[in-house]
Amino acid sequence: MRRFEYHRADTLEQASRLLVDLGDDTFLFNGGTDLLVEIRERLRRVRNVVDIKQIRGLSDITYDETRGLTFGALVTVGRLENLPLVRQRYPNLRAAFASLGSIQVRNRATVVGNVCRASPSADTIPPLIADGAFIHIYSRTNMRVVPLAEFFTGPGKTVLAKGEIVTGITVPPAGDNAGKAYLKHGRRKAMELSTVGVAVSLTMEDGLCNDIRIALGAVGATVLRAPEAEAMLRGTSLDAAIVKNAADKAMEECTPISNVRASAEYRRDMVGVLTGRAIKQALEAFA
Amino acid sequence: MKRIVELTINGEPRDMTVDSCRSLLDALRDDVGLTGTKKGCDVGDCGACTVIVDGEPVNACLMLAVEAEGRTVETIEGLQPGVDTLHPLQDAFMRHGASQCGFCTPGILMMAKKLLDDNPRPSDEDIRFGLSGNICRCTGYTKIFDAIKAAAIEMEAARS
Repeated sequence: MRRFEYHRADTLEQASRLLVDLGDDTFLFNGGTDLLVEIRERLRRVRNVVDIKQIRGLSDITYDETRGLTFGALVTVGRLENLPLVRQRYPNLRAAFASLGSIQVRNRATVVGNVCRASPSADTIPPLIADGAFIHIYSRTNMRVVPLAEFFTGPGKTVLAKGEIVTGITVPPAGDNAGKAYLKHGRRKAMELSTVGVAVSLTMEDGLCNDIRIALGAVGATVLRAPEAEAMLRGTSLDAAIVKNAADKAMEECTPISNVRASAEYRRDMVGVLTGRAIKQALEAFA
Repeated sequence: MKRIVELTINGEPRDMTVDSCRSLLDALRDDVGLTGTKKGCDVGDCGACTVIVDGEPVNACLMLAVEAEGRTVETIEGLQPGVDTLHPLQDAFMRHGASQCGFCTPGILMMAKKLLDDNPRPSDEDIRFGLSGNICRCTGYTKIFDAIKAAAIEMEAARS
């Protein structure tokens, strides 16, 4: 493996200081399942890694009916995937978590790490955005909370400034009137990067769609919302014809590229198919 | 920089002096001398290097040796209960011919052990899900499934 220096931080302040002082090519080392691969395959130039896994207070998972689900930066994908609360209340998150890498990878990889890597095809991001999640950011001068939808600025790029560290994510509570789904499309079921991922989170009241968020993965420079499709669906009964029109609109709203996994045309088609299916699946919560 | 890492491997306290860039996989194979854990892809895709750390299966190639400080690591060398006895999974793999070239076998056995520890009567779908991070390019998996199911029955019978 290409050589790098390993540093272990015991506090957020120390980690933040190391990130600044050690200069460029210094990266936080959390689960490491992406970073070690990038080092080994020489996809990223890394001189220093700062291991944050000894920092206290970043491993907690809490849930309450007003604030929702909050998990720290060190919480692994596997731990959340197997949490009964996630299985019962957040089937969209559960689907995304269970489709990331393999069991072995999920026992190391963290959700916050997957989010901070900011890949447009990251599985955890669409359902978190559709759920209206917030991300907690530490810096030595202040803490800030940013809506996840505003966190990404491009492939691999986020609003994080040098020395800032994500400490956790909060997902709003899942009410009884909520329906959620995440559908991942790939060539195989395991160890797969998604070709297209579609997340839908909606709430129903008296048979009408109160609110809906659609998040599209791997069809743009960042995970995208489909605001026009969402607007077409709000206040309706989500019958088949309306859903079909909205799915067509989502196809127009995405901006896919062609690459080794699929062509832009195919991705766009799949956005249409999966948006319709995801809405249908989200509605099954009320069946 | 070299560091001394104290950990428990297969029930025995050990220490390894390792470079901090070294993967747990390389440390186990080259520094500790436990070469049963295989290096297939070295990027977390194949599962040949699966070991169990603090009760959870992980890819040893995707973990630094220094991260194993204070942890408990189980490798394929620790699977058999005694010098002359095999784990029921090892025995079933031999009887069913579930191993051909054998390179994936240690990783699959560790994963199967974890699967049966958590779920003594797995369905085909459970086995498929449990082994989805382990690639075998020889067997087509059929014999592996047969062996795991046979071992599950045997282990259940031994318990009752």
